[in-house]
Amino acid sequence: MQAFTKITAKVIPLPLKDVDTDMIIPAQYLTSISKEGYGENLFIRLKQEQPDFPFNQDKFADAQILVAKSNFGCGSSREHAAWAILGAGIRVVIAPGFADIFFNNSAKNGLVLVELDAEVINGMLVDAENGNYEITVDLEAQTVILPDNTSYKFNFDPFRKECILNGYEELDFLLAKSDEIGQFKEERDKNLFFSTK
Amino acid sequence: MAKNIIEKIWDLHVVSEKEGQPAVFAIDLQLMHEVTSAQAFDELRQRGIKVAEPQHCVATIDHSIPTRKDRENIYDEKAKTQIVTLRNNCEEFGIPLLDLNSGKQGIVHVVGPEMGLTQPGMTIVCGDSHTATHGAFGAMAFGVGTTEVGHVLATGCILQKKPKTMRVNFNGALKPGVYAKDAALALIAKIGIGGANGHVIEYAGEAARKMSMEARMTVSNMSIECGARAGIFAPDQITYDYLKNKPHAPSGEEWDRAAQYWDSFVTDEGATFDLEVEIDLDRLDPMITWGTNPEQGMMIGENVPNISELPKTHRLVAEKALAYTGLKQGEPIEGTKIDWAFIGSCTNGRIEDFRVAAEILKGKKIAENVTCYLVPGSEAVKKQAEDEGLDKIFIEAGADWRMPGCSMCLGMNDDKVPGGMRCISSSNRNFVGRQGTGSITHLASPAMVAVSAIEGKIANPVKFFN
Repeated sequence: MQAFTKITAKVIPLPLKDVDTDMIIPAQYLTSISKEGYGENLFIRLKQEQPDFPFNQDKFADAQILVAKSNFGCGSSREHAAWAILGAGIRVVIAPGFADIFFNNSAKNGLVLVELDAEVINGMLVDAENGNYEITVDLEAQTVILPDNTSYKFNFDPFRKECILNGYEELDFLLAKSDEIGQFKEERDKNLFFSTK
Repeated sequence: MAKNIIEKIWDLHVVSEKEGQPAVFAIDLQLMHEVTSAQAFDELRQRGIKVAEPQHCVATIDHSIPTRKDRENIYDEKAKTQIVTLRNNCEEFGIPLLDLNSGKQGIVHVVGPEMGLTQPGMTIVCGDSHTATHGAFGAMAFGVGTTEVGHVLATGCILQKKPKTMRVNFNGALKPGVYAKDAALALIAKIGIGGANGHVIEYAGEAARKMSMEARMTVSNMSIECGARAGIFAPDQITYDYLKNKPHAPSGEEWDRAAQYWDSFVTDEGATFDLEVEIDLDRLDPMITWGTNPEQGMMIGENVPNISELPKTHRLVAEKALAYTGLKQGEPIEGTKIDWAFIGSCTNGRIEDFRVAAEILKGKKIAENVTCYLVPGSEAVKKQAEDEGLDKIFIEAGADWRMPGCSMCLGMNDDKVPGGMRCISSSNRNFVGRQGTGSITHLASPAMVAVSAIEGKIANPVKFFN
């Protein structure tokens, strides 16, 4: 995964709630067997249908921080949604809340999800419209700093923070516990009544 | 201390848990399909590690296949590669594959239960959000991303945070013509698309206890549409009657031991939940969605909501939704002309769903303006339906009885609703373009889909039963 510590970058505003993963990347673009190449199809349908959709506007081309409304990433479990967002150069999504599976998938790939109050976000969505709105997201300090130096603290799971700051893979953490897992599974198997074989 | 079923399953599967770290959480069964597994196998290959428990994994092919009779001929080269890759990965890593024409292939959430692999008290994951379906059996089952598919392959575990718990009490009884699908849509309309975020649901109440396994699977399946990762029904005699004699279910003395163990998962008297929700079903009419997410649903006799009467935060989404679906606020939805009708998917592609459809379609004709796809959820469902002669009823009615797969639930394979066309669908999501770019979806029960297909417009199935 890509490590992340701190960026100062332009915001792209997406004033929508309940952005679903079908919207982020439609199913017809999921037939690849790699993790690469999804960025160009990020929000592809919205880009095709709406000429003024933020991701069609040159002024947001170099944005690395996406700001949206509540329940971002709901619906399908496709991790391709996180791959597509990262593939399009976005490193941080800020919203009042995220759907569970998308939340987990993002952490695994170093896509930083920041929860802030809806009111703060509504202000950011307006301020970012001019395409010239740069903010700082500091994961180490767990702060978002706006252009006028207003600073907001955000909560972040300490384990995830450690992983993302250092680019650690959760799988390494799990593999290090193989012995303990093995013993647990031996006991658990006594109360499992199936085999797929 | 009294525990609910969610806490019981959770506690039993925590391998270890330390302050400031997520729990190492044991997974009993992993279901796999072609779309969300290739990159996970790559991870194992790159690290040179084997699958920890191949006997607790099973794969099938469902999302990207055509449902034509000659479905082995896949014209989409990328989809074909994805399927061949799954076959090769299963072979290389020793994972059983329920392949096309094995008699066992089907939508992953239809085949798990019908093989008897889904059992009470288990933890089940799959790289698919509708894994929640398996909760119908008293299992904690949830969707994961591809990275976590890899974690389960490599270690049989994932890292998890303890979920919050919610109990949904389905009170009263469903009227004839009203189904589990309607109960699920009513719940989602009530609590919203993110209403259960962070929670696992237990479905309880007298109506829940009376539901068949197929009905329970429909409800559990839709749990994710209100943001819950999982939705569980306590195991009972209905569960055991369904499971008994299934190919991978225990038998003989082992069955007795298993059933006794499974009984222990029922929520204790006095156990509490973080949230409780009451849904009264006595007066529930068939539900239909009017918008572009599953919470935008209503009873069929109602009018499309007036935007000004919705909460402020919902108005913009509702405005966009109505602009997309072409419905008018304050007007009835019943009678809206449709172009397509679809019965199938992991939500409503089981034998009971096709029996209902056949009851309604028998001796009738699909309206001339409607294309009707009936897609069995699995090869076993297809065979069962054909053994019962349902296929003849469908074909005589002018419907297209197809081969098993996810079909037009998600617009990924050849089955897509053309742009601008309106489809009434027994599937689970009405997101913009979900069934194909520009397609308009109305979610409903299989009965409403069948009645609407005959009339050529959105129609109320209750009248059929009066």
